[in-house]
Amino acid sequence: MSTLTLRAAPPERLDFLNITPLALKGLSPGEAERLEVGTTRTGVRLGDCFSVSLDGSDTLTIEGGHERLDRVGASLSEGTIRVTGDVGQRLGAGMAGGVLTVTGNAGPYAASGATGGTITIAGDAGDHAGGAVYAAKVGLDGATLIIRGTAGAHLGDRMRRGTILAGRAGAFAGARMIAGTLAALAVGDHPGLGMRRGTLLLGAHGRMAETFVETGAHDLVFLRLLAKALRGLSPEHADLLAKPLRRYSGDLATIAKGEIWVAA
Amino acid sequence: MSDLSLNGIPVIDTFAEAFDVAGTAIVVTNDTAKWAMIAATTMTGFATSVIGCGAEAGIDAELSPEETPDGRPGVRILLFGFEPNGLKEQLIKRVGQCILTCPGTACYAGVEGPTKIKLGGAIRYFGDGFAVAKRLPDASGKARRYWRIPVMDGEFLCEDSVRAVDGAVGGGNLLFLGRTHAETLKVAEAAVEAARAVPGAILPFPGGIVRSGSKVGGRTKGMMASTNDAYCPTLKGRAGSALPAECGVVLEIVIDALTSQGVSDSMRAGLHAATEIGGRHGLIAVTAGNYGGNLGRHHYHLRDLIARDESKPEG
Repeated sequence: MSTLTLRAAPPERLDFLNITPLALKGLSPGEAERLEVGTTRTGVRLGDCFSVSLDGSDTLTIEGGHERLDRVGASLSEGTIRVTGDVGQRLGAGMAGGVLTVTGNAGPYAASGATGGTITIAGDAGDHAGGAVYAAKVGLDGATLIIRGTAGAHLGDRMRRGTILAGRAGAFAGARMIAGTLAALAVGDHPGLGMRRGTLLLGAHGRMAETFVETGAHDLVFLRLLAKALRGLSPEHADLLAKPLRRYSGDLATIAKGEIWVAA
Repeated sequence: MSDLSLNGIPVIDTFAEAFDVAGTAIVVTNDTAKWAMIAATTMTGFATSVIGCGAEAGIDAELSPEETPDGRPGVRILLFGFEPNGLKEQLIKRVGQCILTCPGTACYAGVEGPTKIKLGGAIRYFGDGFAVAKRLPDASGKARRYWRIPVMDGEFLCEDSVRAVDGAVGGGNLLFLGRTHAETLKVAEAAVEAARAVPGAILPFPGGIVRSGSKVGGRTKGMMASTNDAYCPTLKGRAGSALPAECGVVLEIVIDALTSQGVSDSMRAGLHAATEIGGRHGLIAVTAGNYGGNLGRHHYHLRDLIARDESKPEG
Protein backbone atom coordinates (compact mmCIF):
# COMPACT_ATOMS: atom_id res chain seq x y z
CA MET A 1 0.00 0.00 0.00
CA SER A 2 1.41 3.38 -1.05
CA THR A 3 1.08 6.19 1.48
CA LEU A 4 1.18 9.97 1.34
CA THR A 5 1.52 11.46 4.79
CA LEU A 6 0.66 15.13 5.26
CA ARG A 7 3.51 16.91 7.03
CA ALA A 8 1.97 20.37 7.39
CA ALA A 9 -1.11 22.26 6.31
CA PRO A 10 -0.88 23.07 2.57
CA PRO A 11 0.05 26.70 1.87
CA GLU A 12 -2.55 26.91 -0.90
CA ARG A 13 -5.27 24.78 -2.48
CA LEU A 14 -3.79 21.61 -3.94
CA ASP A 15 -5.07 19.82 -7.03
CA PHE A 16 -4.89 16.02 -6.65
CA LEU A 17 -6.38 15.29 -10.07
CA ASN A 18 -3.35 13.30 -11.18
CA ILE A 19 -2.54 11.60 -7.89
CA THR A 20 -3.85 8.07 -8.28
CA PRO A 21 -2.41 4.61 -7.60
CA LEU A 22 -2.12 4.08 -11.35
CA ALA A 23 -0.26 7.36 -11.87
CA LEU A 24 2.16 6.63 -9.03
CA LYS A 25 2.84 3.09 -10.16
CA GLY A 26 6.27 2.93 -11.73
CA LEU A 27 7.43 6.23 -10.24
CA SER A 28 10.28 6.45 -7.78
CA PRO A 29 9.56 8.32 -4.53
CA GLY A 30 11.70 11.18 -5.86
CA GLU A 31 9.71 11.39 -9.07
CA ALA A 32 6.47 11.32 -7.14
CA GLU A 33 7.63 14.07 -4.82
CA ARG A 34 8.27 16.31 -7.83
CA LEU A 35 4.70 15.99 -9.16
CA GLU A 36 3.09 19.42 -9.33
CA VAL A 37 -0.02 19.77 -7.18
CA GLY A 38 -0.08 23.51 -6.59
CA THR A 39 -2.72 25.83 -8.00
CA THR A 40 -0.76 29.10 -8.03
CA ARG A 41 2.48 30.27 -9.58
CA THR A 42 4.44 29.23 -6.51
CA GLY A 43 4.70 25.73 -7.95
CA VAL A 44 3.94 23.59 -4.94
CA ARG A 45 4.97 19.98 -5.48
CA LEU A 46 3.73 16.85 -3.77
CA GLY A 47 6.92 16.43 -1.74
CA ASP A 48 6.57 19.94 -0.33
CA CYS A 49 3.59 18.89 1.75
CA PHE A 50 3.67 15.07 1.92
CA SER A 51 6.05 12.30 2.85
CA VAL A 52 5.89 9.77 0.05
CA SER A 53 6.05 5.99 0.45
CA LEU A 54 5.38 3.92 -2.66
CA ASP A 55 5.12 0.18 -3.18
CA GLY A 56 3.54 0.03 -6.65
CA SER A 57 0.26 -1.37 -5.36
CA ASP A 58 -3.20 -0.28 -6.49
CA THR A 59 -4.05 1.13 -3.08
CA LEU A 60 -3.11 4.64 -2.01
CA THR A 61 -3.62 6.00 1.48
CA ILE A 62 -3.49 9.71 2.16
CA GLU A 63 -2.75 10.04 5.85
CA GLY A 64 -3.94 13.36 7.17
CA GLY A 65 -6.44 15.02 4.92
CA HIS A 66 -7.10 18.72 4.66
CA GLU A 67 -9.91 20.84 3.33
CA ARG A 68 -7.45 22.31 0.80
CA LEU A 69 -7.03 18.98 -1.02
CA ASP A 70 -9.17 19.40 -4.13
CA ARG A 71 -10.16 16.84 -6.77
CA VAL A 72 -8.88 13.90 -4.77
CA GLY A 73 -9.52 10.75 -6.82
CA ALA A 74 -10.97 12.74 -9.69
CA SER A 75 -9.13 10.69 -12.30
CA LEU A 76 -9.42 7.38 -10.49
CA SER A 77 -10.40 4.57 -12.84
CA GLU A 78 -9.24 1.54 -10.88
CA GLY A 79 -7.74 0.78 -7.50
CA THR A 80 -8.43 2.36 -4.14
CA ILE A 81 -7.76 5.71 -2.52
CA ARG A 82 -8.37 6.12 1.17
CA VAL A 83 -8.12 9.52 2.82
CA THR A 84 -7.78 9.75 6.57
CA GLY A 85 -9.24 13.15 7.33
CA ASP A 86 -11.01 15.84 5.34
CA VAL A 87 -10.83 16.75 1.65
CA GLY A 88 -11.70 19.85 -0.34
CA GLN A 89 -14.00 20.38 -3.27
CA ARG A 90 -14.79 18.06 -6.18
CA LEU A 91 -13.84 14.85 -4.46
CA GLY A 92 -13.90 12.14 -7.15
CA ALA A 93 -15.35 14.53 -9.72
CA GLY A 94 -15.41 12.68 -13.03
CA MET A 95 -14.12 9.50 -11.45
CA ALA A 96 -14.58 6.47 -13.72
CA GLY A 97 -14.05 3.52 -11.39
CA GLY A 98 -12.41 2.18 -8.27
CA VAL A 99 -13.05 2.84 -4.61
CA LEU A 100 -12.60 6.23 -2.95
CA THR A 101 -13.08 6.57 0.79
CA VAL A 102 -12.84 9.63 3.02
CA THR A 103 -13.01 9.26 6.79
CA GLY A 104 -13.71 12.96 7.39
CA ASN A 105 -15.72 15.61 5.60
CA ALA A 106 -15.75 16.64 1.95
CA GLY A 107 -16.22 20.03 0.35
CA PRO A 108 -18.73 20.96 -2.36
CA TYR A 109 -19.32 19.13 -5.65
CA ALA A 110 -18.18 15.72 -4.44
CA ALA A 111 -18.64 13.05 -7.14
CA SER A 112 -19.83 15.56 -9.71
CA GLY A 113 -19.81 13.91 -13.12
CA ALA A 114 -18.49 10.63 -11.70
CA THR A 115 -19.30 7.80 -14.09
CA GLY A 116 -18.24 4.75 -12.09
CA GLY A 117 -16.87 3.37 -8.87
CA THR A 118 -17.90 3.96 -5.28
CA ILE A 119 -17.24 7.10 -3.26
CA THR A 120 -17.83 6.96 0.47
CA ILE A 121 -17.69 9.95 2.79
CA ALA A 122 -17.85 8.98 6.43
CA GLY A 123 -18.53 12.54 7.57
CA ASP A 124 -20.44 15.36 5.96
CA ALA A 125 -20.43 16.65 2.39
CA GLY A 126 -20.77 20.21 1.16
CA ASP A 127 -23.37 21.61 -1.19
CA HIS A 128 -23.95 20.07 -4.61
CA ALA A 129 -22.59 16.63 -3.71
CA GLY A 130 -23.31 14.51 -6.77
CA GLY A 131 -24.49 17.71 -8.42
CA ALA A 132 -23.52 19.44 -11.62
CA VAL A 133 -20.78 22.06 -11.58
CA TYR A 134 -21.43 25.33 -13.36
CA ALA A 135 -22.16 24.85 -17.08
CA ALA A 136 -22.04 21.06 -16.76
CA LYS A 137 -24.92 19.12 -18.23
CA VAL A 138 -25.03 16.47 -15.54
CA GLY A 139 -24.09 15.76 -11.95
CA LEU A 140 -23.46 12.20 -10.81
CA ASP A 141 -23.34 10.06 -13.95
CA GLY A 142 -23.23 6.41 -12.93
CA ALA A 143 -21.09 6.19 -9.81
CA THR A 144 -22.26 5.34 -6.31
CA LEU A 145 -21.95 8.10 -3.69
CA ILE A 146 -22.46 7.30 -0.03
CA ILE A 147 -22.51 10.11 2.53
CA ARG A 148 -22.81 8.72 6.05
CA GLY A 149 -23.28 12.14 7.60
CA THR A 150 -25.12 15.18 6.33
CA ALA A 151 -25.01 16.55 2.80
CA GLY A 152 -25.55 20.19 1.98
CA ALA A 153 -28.10 21.69 -0.36
CA HIS A 154 -28.63 20.57 -3.95
CA LEU A 155 -27.58 16.98 -3.31
CA GLY A 156 -27.68 15.14 -6.66
CA ASP A 157 -28.56 18.27 -8.62
CA ARG A 158 -28.98 17.22 -12.28
CA MET A 159 -27.71 13.71 -11.55
CA ARG A 160 -28.20 11.49 -14.58
CA ARG A 161 -27.35 7.98 -13.49
CA GLY A 162 -26.09 6.11 -10.44
CA THR A 163 -26.99 6.04 -6.77
CA ILE A 164 -26.64 8.53 -3.93
CA LEU A 165 -27.21 7.59 -0.29
CA ALA A 166 -27.08 10.23 2.41
CA GLY A 167 -27.91 10.37 6.08
CA ARG A 168 -29.47 13.79 5.91
CA ALA A 169 -29.43 16.43 3.20
CA GLY A 170 -30.36 20.06 2.78
CA ALA A 171 -32.87 21.70 0.48
CA PHE A 172 -33.33 20.83 -3.18
CA ALA A 173 -32.12 17.25 -2.90
CA GLY A 174 -32.51 15.64 -6.31
CA ALA A 175 -33.47 18.92 -7.92
CA ARG A 176 -33.38 18.91 -11.72
CA MET A 177 -32.65 15.19 -11.58
CA ILE A 178 -32.38 13.61 -15.02
CA ALA A 179 -32.37 10.00 -13.77
CA GLY A 180 -30.86 7.79 -11.11
CA THR A 181 -31.62 6.96 -7.50
CA LEU A 182 -31.22 9.12 -4.41
CA ALA A 183 -32.05 7.89 -0.91
CA ALA A 184 -31.80 9.89 2.30
CA LEU A 185 -33.13 9.47 5.79
CA ALA A 186 -34.26 13.11 5.80
CA VAL A 187 -33.99 16.06 3.43
CA GLY A 188 -34.94 19.73 3.47
CA ASP A 189 -37.44 21.67 1.39
CA HIS A 190 -38.30 21.08 -2.25
CA PRO A 191 -36.91 17.63 -2.87
CA GLY A 192 -36.85 16.73 -6.55
CA LEU A 193 -37.79 20.19 -7.73
CA GLY A 194 -37.69 20.15 -11.52
CA MET A 195 -36.80 16.46 -11.72
CA ARG A 196 -37.49 14.77 -15.06
CA ARG A 197 -37.00 11.11 -14.16
CA GLY A 198 -35.40 9.22 -11.33
CA THR A 199 -36.26 7.95 -7.90
CA LEU A 200 -36.06 9.67 -4.53
CA LEU A 201 -36.49 7.55 -1.42
CA LEU A 202 -36.92 9.66 1.67
CA GLY A 203 -37.44 8.98 5.34
CA ALA A 204 -38.64 12.54 5.89
CA HIS A 205 -38.68 15.78 3.96
CA GLY A 206 -39.45 19.48 4.23
CA ARG A 207 -41.92 21.33 2.11
CA MET A 208 -42.68 19.62 -1.17
CA ALA A 209 -43.37 21.56 -4.36
CA GLU A 210 -46.98 21.79 -5.51
CA THR A 211 -45.97 20.22 -8.81
CA PHE A 212 -45.82 16.74 -7.27
CA VAL A 213 -48.97 14.66 -7.03
CA GLU A 214 -49.51 11.75 -4.66
CA THR A 215 -50.33 8.46 -6.42
CA GLY A 216 -50.87 6.44 -3.25
CA ALA A 217 -49.21 3.30 -1.89
CA HIS A 218 -47.99 0.68 -4.35
CA ASP A 219 -46.45 -2.75 -3.93
CA LEU A 220 -44.15 -2.69 -6.95
CA VAL A 221 -41.60 -5.31 -7.97
CA PHE A 222 -39.15 -2.49 -8.56
CA LEU A 223 -39.07 -1.74 -4.83
CA ARG A 224 -37.92 -5.29 -4.13
CA LEU A 225 -35.03 -4.89 -6.55
CA LEU A 226 -34.17 -1.52 -5.06
CA ALA A 227 -34.18 -2.94 -1.53
CA LYS A 228 -31.79 -5.68 -2.61
CA ALA A 229 -29.52 -3.17 -4.31
CA LEU A 230 -29.43 -0.85 -1.30
CA ARG A 231 -29.03 -3.58 1.32
CA GLY A 232 -25.36 -4.11 0.53
CA LEU A 233 -24.63 -0.38 0.57
CA SER A 234 -26.60 0.73 3.60
CA PRO A 235 -29.07 -1.45 5.53
CA GLU A 236 -30.47 1.71 7.10
CA HIS A 237 -31.59 3.01 3.72
CA ALA A 238 -32.81 -0.41 2.59
CA ASP A 239 -34.96 -0.53 5.72
CA LEU A 240 -36.86 2.52 4.47
CA LEU A 241 -38.37 0.21 1.87
CA ALA A 242 -39.68 -2.14 4.52
CA LYS A 243 -41.98 0.61 5.81
CA PRO A 244 -45.28 1.70 4.27
CA LEU A 245 -44.47 4.20 1.54
CA ARG A 246 -46.41 6.93 -0.20
CA ARG A 247 -45.48 7.71 -3.77
CA TYR A 248 -45.44 11.14 -5.36
CA SER A 249 -45.14 11.62 -9.09
CA GLY A 250 -43.46 14.62 -10.66
CA ASP A 251 -42.19 17.12 -11.31
CA LEU A 252 -45.32 17.94 -13.30
CA ALA A 253 -43.60 21.12 -14.44
CA THR A 254 -41.31 18.88 -16.52
CA ILE A 255 -41.97 15.50 -18.17
CA ALA A 256 -43.08 14.13 -14.78
CA LYS A 257 -41.48 10.73 -15.04
CA GLY A 258 -39.82 11.07 -11.65
CA GLU A 259 -41.04 9.71 -8.36
CA ILE A 260 -40.56 10.39 -4.67
CA TRP A 261 -41.20 7.58 -2.22
CA VAL A 262 -41.76 8.80 1.33
CA ALA A 263 -42.03 6.73 4.47
CA ALA A 264 -45.62 7.09 5.63
CA MET B 1 -32.95 -56.82 -33.88
CA SER B 2 -29.93 -55.29 -32.16
CA ASP B 3 -26.72 -56.27 -30.49
CA LEU B 4 -27.24 -53.54 -27.92
CA SER B 5 -29.52 -53.71 -24.93
CA LEU B 6 -30.14 -51.86 -21.71
CA ASN B 7 -32.02 -53.36 -18.79
CA GLY B 8 -32.93 -56.22 -21.10
CA ILE B 9 -34.54 -53.94 -23.68
CA PRO B 10 -33.01 -53.94 -27.18
CA VAL B 11 -31.48 -50.62 -28.15
CA ILE B 12 -31.07 -50.03 -31.88
CA ASP B 13 -27.52 -49.10 -32.81
CA THR B 14 -28.36 -45.78 -34.40
CA PHE B 15 -28.22 -42.11 -33.54
CA ALA B 16 -30.40 -39.08 -33.02
CA GLU B 17 -29.60 -36.25 -35.40
CA ALA B 18 -29.90 -32.75 -33.95
CA PHE B 19 -29.33 -29.20 -35.10
CA ASP B 20 -27.72 -25.97 -34.01
CA VAL B 21 -30.44 -23.56 -32.90
CA ALA B 22 -30.67 -20.17 -31.25
CA GLY B 23 -31.64 -20.51 -27.60
CA THR B 24 -32.39 -18.24 -24.69
CA ALA B 25 -33.80 -18.44 -21.18
CA ILE B 26 -35.96 -16.05 -19.20
CA VAL B 27 -37.10 -16.06 -15.60
CA VAL B 28 -40.71 -15.16 -14.89
CA THR B 29 -41.73 -14.31 -11.33
CA ASN B 30 -44.98 -13.60 -9.59
CA ASP B 31 -46.35 -13.14 -6.08
CA THR B 32 -47.28 -16.82 -5.99
CA ALA B 33 -45.84 -19.92 -7.62
CA LYS B 34 -49.29 -20.60 -9.02
CA TRP B 35 -49.40 -17.39 -11.04
CA ALA B 36 -45.78 -17.69 -12.11
CA MET B 37 -46.66 -21.10 -13.54
CA ILE B 38 -49.81 -19.75 -15.22
CA ALA B 39 -47.69 -17.14 -17.00
CA ALA B 40 -45.09 -19.71 -17.98
CA THR B 41 -47.53 -22.28 -19.32
CA THR B 42 -49.31 -19.59 -21.31
CA MET B 43 -46.08 -18.37 -22.88
CA THR B 44 -44.86 -21.87 -23.74
CA GLY B 45 -48.15 -22.91 -25.31
CA PHE B 46 -48.19 -23.54 -29.07
CA ALA B 47 -44.42 -23.94 -29.08
CA THR B 48 -43.93 -27.59 -29.97
CA SER B 49 -42.15 -27.32 -33.30
CA VAL B 50 -40.16 -24.44 -34.67
CA ILE B 51 -41.44 -25.29 -38.16
CA GLY B 52 -45.08 -24.69 -37.38
CA CYS B 53 -44.96 -22.55 -34.25
CA GLY B 54 -41.98 -20.30 -34.92
CA ALA B 55 -40.31 -21.45 -31.73
CA GLU B 56 -39.92 -24.38 -29.38
CA ALA B 57 -40.36 -23.54 -25.72
CA GLY B 58 -40.78 -25.23 -22.41
CA ILE B 59 -40.45 -24.88 -18.66
CA ASP B 60 -36.95 -25.69 -17.47
CA ALA B 61 -37.42 -25.35 -13.73
CA GLU B 62 -39.52 -23.90 -10.95
CA LEU B 63 -37.48 -21.45 -8.89
CA SER B 64 -37.71 -20.69 -5.20
CA PRO B 65 -37.82 -17.06 -4.03
CA GLU B 66 -34.13 -17.35 -3.12
CA GLU B 67 -33.29 -18.15 -6.74
CA THR B 68 -35.04 -15.21 -8.42
CA PRO B 69 -33.92 -11.61 -8.81
CA ASP B 70 -36.87 -10.12 -6.94
CA GLY B 71 -37.27 -12.70 -4.19
CA ARG B 72 -40.59 -14.06 -5.47
CA PRO B 73 -41.43 -17.54 -6.77
CA GLY B 74 -40.48 -17.99 -10.39
CA VAL B 75 -40.20 -20.23 -13.40
CA ARG B 76 -37.31 -20.54 -15.83
CA ILE B 77 -38.42 -20.80 -19.44
CA LEU B 78 -36.29 -21.90 -22.39
CA LEU B 79 -37.08 -20.72 -25.90
CA PHE B 80 -35.46 -21.94 -29.12
CA GLY B 81 -35.64 -20.75 -32.71
CA PHE B 82 -33.89 -21.38 -36.00
CA GLU B 83 -31.78 -18.23 -35.70
CA PRO B 84 -31.47 -15.18 -33.38
CA ASN B 85 -33.77 -12.88 -35.36
CA GLY B 86 -36.58 -15.42 -35.42
CA LEU B 87 -36.01 -16.12 -31.75
CA LYS B 88 -36.21 -12.41 -30.97
CA GLU B 89 -39.51 -12.05 -32.82
CA GLN B 90 -41.04 -14.99 -30.99
CA LEU B 91 -39.69 -13.86 -27.63
CA ILE B 92 -41.14 -10.38 -27.94
CA LYS B 93 -44.50 -11.71 -29.13
CA ARG B 94 -44.78 -14.30 -26.40
CA VAL B 95 -43.60 -12.04 -23.56
CA GLY B 96 -45.78 -9.24 -24.88
CA GLN B 97 -48.91 -11.35 -25.14
CA CYS B 98 -48.46 -13.83 -22.29
CA ILE B 99 -46.17 -12.32 -19.62
CA LEU B 100 -46.99 -8.63 -19.88
CA THR B 101 -50.69 -9.48 -19.76
CA CYS B 102 -50.50 -11.78 -16.74
CA PRO B 103 -51.31 -10.10 -13.39
CA GLY B 104 -48.35 -9.51 -11.11
CA THR B 105 -45.70 -10.91 -13.42
CA ALA B 106 -42.13 -9.67 -13.93
CA CYS B 107 -39.59 -10.91 -16.45
CA TYR B 108 -35.80 -11.24 -16.27
CA ALA B 109 -32.95 -12.65 -18.35
CA GLY B 110 -32.34 -16.28 -17.43
CA VAL B 111 -28.99 -16.99 -19.05
CA GLU B 112 -25.77 -15.24 -20.01
CA GLY B 113 -24.61 -15.41 -23.61
CA PRO B 114 -22.89 -13.51 -26.39
CA THR B 115 -25.94 -12.37 -28.37
CA LYS B 116 -28.08 -9.54 -27.00
CA ILE B 117 -31.82 -9.63 -27.63
CA LYS B 118 -33.70 -6.48 -26.77
CA LEU B 119 -36.80 -7.46 -24.81
CA GLY B 120 -37.97 -4.86 -22.29
CA GLY B 121 -36.47 -2.24 -24.56
CA ALA B 122 -38.92 -3.33 -27.24
CA ILE B 123 -41.96 -3.99 -25.08
CA ARG B 124 -41.61 -0.61 -23.36
CA TYR B 125 -43.43 1.04 -26.26
CA PHE B 126 -46.61 -0.45 -24.85
CA GLY B 127 -46.07 2.09 -22.08
CA ASP B 128 -46.87 4.86 -24.57
CA GLY B 129 -44.05 7.06 -23.35
CA PHE B 130 -44.83 6.59 -19.65
CA ALA B 131 -42.37 3.73 -19.19
CA VAL B 132 -39.12 4.48 -17.38
CA ALA B 133 -35.82 2.63 -17.35
CA LYS B 134 -33.98 1.83 -14.17
CA ARG B 135 -30.44 0.56 -13.81
CA LEU B 136 -29.78 -1.40 -10.62
CA PRO B 137 -27.05 -3.82 -9.55
CA ASP B 138 -27.96 -7.49 -9.23
CA ALA B 139 -26.80 -9.82 -6.46
CA SER B 140 -23.35 -10.08 -8.04
CA GLY B 141 -23.02 -6.31 -8.34
CA LYS B 142 -23.47 -6.28 -12.10
CA ALA B 143 -25.63 -3.39 -13.30
CA ARG B 144 -28.83 -4.49 -14.97
CA ARG B 145 -31.30 -2.29 -16.80
CA TYR B 146 -35.01 -2.73 -16.32
CA TRP B 147 -38.05 -1.16 -17.88
CA ARG B 148 -41.00 -0.23 -15.67
CA ILE B 149 -44.12 -0.12 -17.80
CA PRO B 150 -47.28 1.27 -16.21
CA VAL B 151 -50.15 -1.24 -16.38
CA MET B 152 -53.50 -1.46 -14.66
CA ASP B 153 -52.27 -3.50 -11.67
CA GLY B 154 -49.24 -1.28 -11.13
CA GLU B 155 -46.16 -1.92 -13.22
CA PHE B 156 -44.80 -4.58 -15.51
CA LEU B 157 -41.08 -4.84 -14.81
CA CYS B 158 -39.03 -6.37 -17.61
CA GLU B 159 -35.29 -6.58 -18.09
CA ASP B 160 -34.10 -4.43 -20.98
CA SER B 161 -32.41 -7.26 -22.82
CA VAL B 162 -31.80 -10.97 -22.55
CA ARG B 163 -29.06 -13.11 -24.03
CA ALA B 164 -29.00 -15.88 -26.61
CA VAL B 165 -26.42 -18.57 -26.05
CA ASP B 166 -23.99 -20.14 -28.47
CA GLY B 167 -24.14 -23.91 -28.71
CA ALA B 168 -27.84 -24.53 -28.20
CA VAL B 169 -29.04 -27.76 -29.81
CA GLY B 170 -32.52 -28.80 -30.87
CA GLY B 171 -33.86 -32.15 -31.93
CA GLY B 172 -32.38 -34.75 -29.63
CA ASN B 173 -34.85 -37.64 -29.60
CA LEU B 174 -35.74 -41.15 -28.55
CA LEU B 175 -38.40 -43.43 -30.06
CA PHE B 176 -40.08 -46.06 -27.93
CA LEU B 177 -41.48 -49.07 -29.78
CA GLY B 178 -44.24 -50.64 -27.71
CA ARG B 179 -47.12 -53.06 -27.90
CA THR B 180 -50.08 -51.07 -26.56
CA HIS B 181 -50.80 -47.37 -26.38
CA ALA B 182 -51.41 -47.25 -22.62
CA GLU B 183 -48.29 -49.21 -21.71
CA THR B 184 -46.02 -47.34 -24.12
CA LEU B 185 -47.34 -44.04 -22.81
CA LYS B 186 -46.22 -45.04 -19.30
CA VAL B 187 -42.74 -45.76 -20.63
CA ALA B 188 -42.58 -42.44 -22.45
CA GLU B 189 -43.85 -40.59 -19.39
CA ALA B 190 -41.07 -42.07 -17.29
CA ALA B 191 -38.54 -41.02 -19.90
CA VAL B 192 -39.96 -37.49 -19.98
CA GLU B 193 -39.77 -37.12 -16.22
CA ALA B 194 -36.11 -38.14 -16.18
CA ALA B 195 -35.14 -36.16 -19.26
CA ARG B 196 -36.81 -32.99 -17.97
CA ALA B 197 -34.90 -33.19 -14.71
CA VAL B 198 -31.68 -32.30 -16.55
CA PRO B 199 -31.07 -28.55 -16.10
CA GLY B 200 -31.14 -26.52 -19.30
CA ALA B 201 -33.17 -29.04 -21.27
CA ILE B 202 -36.82 -29.00 -22.30
CA LEU B 203 -39.19 -31.34 -24.10
CA PRO B 204 -41.47 -29.01 -26.06
CA PHE B 205 -44.21 -31.42 -27.21
CA PRO B 206 -47.44 -32.09 -25.27
CA GLY B 207 -46.42 -33.67 -22.00
CA GLY B 208 -42.99 -34.00 -23.55
CA ILE B 209 -44.21 -36.66 -25.97
CA VAL B 210 -44.89 -36.57 -29.71
CA ARG B 211 -46.88 -39.21 -31.54
CA SER B 212 -46.51 -37.63 -34.98
CA GLY B 213 -42.82 -38.03 -35.65
CA SER B 214 -41.93 -36.67 -39.04
CA LYS B 215 -39.57 -37.09 -41.93
CA VAL B 216 -38.23 -34.33 -44.14
CA GLY B 217 -40.47 -33.45 -47.10
CA GLY B 218 -43.38 -35.52 -48.40
CA ARG B 219 -45.17 -36.79 -51.44
CA THR B 220 -47.35 -33.66 -51.54
CA LYS B 221 -45.59 -30.74 -53.19
CA GLY B 222 -44.50 -28.04 -50.75
CA MET B 223 -44.65 -30.13 -47.60
CA MET B 224 -41.64 -29.38 -45.38
CA ALA B 225 -42.33 -32.42 -43.24
CA SER B 226 -44.69 -35.37 -43.32
CA THR B 227 -45.48 -38.40 -41.22
CA ASN B 228 -42.63 -40.73 -40.42
CA ASP B 229 -44.22 -43.65 -42.29
CA ALA B 230 -41.42 -46.04 -41.35
CA TYR B 231 -42.64 -45.92 -37.75
CA CYS B 232 -46.41 -45.93 -38.30
CA PRO B 233 -47.84 -49.23 -37.06
CA THR B 234 -50.69 -49.16 -39.56
CA LEU B 235 -48.13 -49.13 -42.37
CA LYS B 236 -46.31 -52.21 -41.14
CA GLY B 237 -45.48 -54.78 -43.76
CA ARG B 238 -44.89 -52.24 -46.50
CA ALA B 239 -41.47 -51.67 -47.95
CA GLY B 240 -39.65 -49.16 -45.78
CA SER B 241 -41.39 -49.98 -42.51
CA ALA B 242 -38.95 -50.16 -39.62
CA LEU B 243 -41.33 -51.83 -37.20
CA PRO B 244 -41.38 -55.44 -36.08
CA ALA B 245 -44.64 -57.32 -36.39
CA GLU B 246 -45.43 -57.19 -32.65
CA CYS B 247 -45.12 -53.37 -32.46
CA GLY B 248 -48.46 -51.63 -32.04
CA VAL B 249 -47.43 -48.08 -31.13
CA VAL B 250 -44.42 -45.75 -31.28
CA LEU B 251 -44.01 -42.68 -29.12
CA GLU B 252 -41.17 -40.20 -29.36
CA ILE B 253 -39.62 -37.65 -27.04
CA VAL B 254 -37.83 -34.61 -28.48
CA ILE B 255 -35.25 -32.67 -26.51
CA ASP B 256 -33.88 -29.13 -26.90
CA ALA B 257 -31.14 -27.83 -24.65
CA LEU B 258 -28.90 -24.83 -24.19
CA THR B 259 -25.85 -27.06 -24.66
CA SER B 260 -25.01 -30.24 -26.55
CA GLN B 261 -24.08 -31.79 -23.23
CA GLY B 262 -27.59 -31.02 -22.01
CA VAL B 263 -29.14 -32.93 -24.92
CA SER B 264 -26.81 -35.85 -24.33
CA ASP B 265 -27.49 -35.95 -20.59
CA SER B 266 -31.21 -35.61 -21.10
CA MET B 267 -31.33 -38.39 -23.73
CA ARG B 268 -29.28 -40.64 -21.47
CA ALA B 269 -31.61 -40.00 -18.53
CA GLY B 270 -34.65 -40.72 -20.69
CA LEU B 271 -33.16 -43.87 -22.16
CA HIS B 272 -32.30 -45.32 -18.78
CA ALA B 273 -35.64 -44.39 -17.20
CA ALA B 274 -37.59 -45.93 -20.08
CA THR B 275 -35.70 -49.21 -20.15
CA GLU B 276 -35.85 -49.56 -16.36
CA ILE B 277 -39.62 -49.94 -16.49
CA GLY B 278 -39.88 -51.02 -20.12
CA GLY B 279 -39.81 -54.75 -19.37
CA ARG B 280 -43.00 -54.46 -17.31
CA HIS B 281 -44.79 -52.39 -19.94
CA GLY B 282 -44.18 -54.26 -23.15
CA LEU B 283 -41.40 -52.06 -24.49
CA ILE B 284 -40.01 -53.82 -27.57
CA ALA B 285 -37.08 -51.58 -28.38
CA VAL B 286 -35.69 -48.04 -28.20
CA THR B 287 -34.39 -46.26 -31.26
CA ALA B 288 -33.75 -42.71 -32.44
CA GLY B 289 -34.62 -40.57 -35.42
CA ASN B 290 -32.18 -39.20 -37.94
CA TYR B 291 -32.00 -38.02 -41.53
CA GLY B 292 -28.99 -40.05 -42.58
CA GLY B 293 -26.62 -37.75 -40.78
CA ASN B 294 -26.49 -35.15 -43.53
CA LEU B 295 -28.75 -32.41 -42.09
CA GLY B 296 -27.70 -31.90 -38.49
CA ARG B 297 -24.14 -31.87 -37.24
CA HIS B 298 -24.99 -33.23 -33.79
CA HIS B 299 -25.22 -37.02 -33.70
CA TYR B 300 -26.12 -38.68 -30.40
CA HIS B 301 -25.39 -42.39 -30.74
CA LEU B 302 -27.50 -44.55 -28.47
CA ARG B 303 -24.49 -46.85 -28.09
CA ASP B 304 -22.74 -44.01 -26.21
CA LEU B 305 -25.73 -43.28 -23.98
CA ILE B 306 -26.03 -46.75 -22.52
CA ALA B 307 -23.26 -46.09 -20.02
CA ARG B 308 -24.89 -44.13 -17.23
CA ASP B 309 -21.86 -42.07 -16.24
CA GLU B 310 -20.60 -41.20 -19.69
CA SER B 311 -20.05 -37.45 -19.74
CA LYS B 312 -18.58 -36.83 -23.17
CA PRO B 313 -21.26 -35.42 -25.47
CA GLU B 314 -21.70 -36.55 -29.01
CA GLY B 315 -21.83 -34.13 -31.90
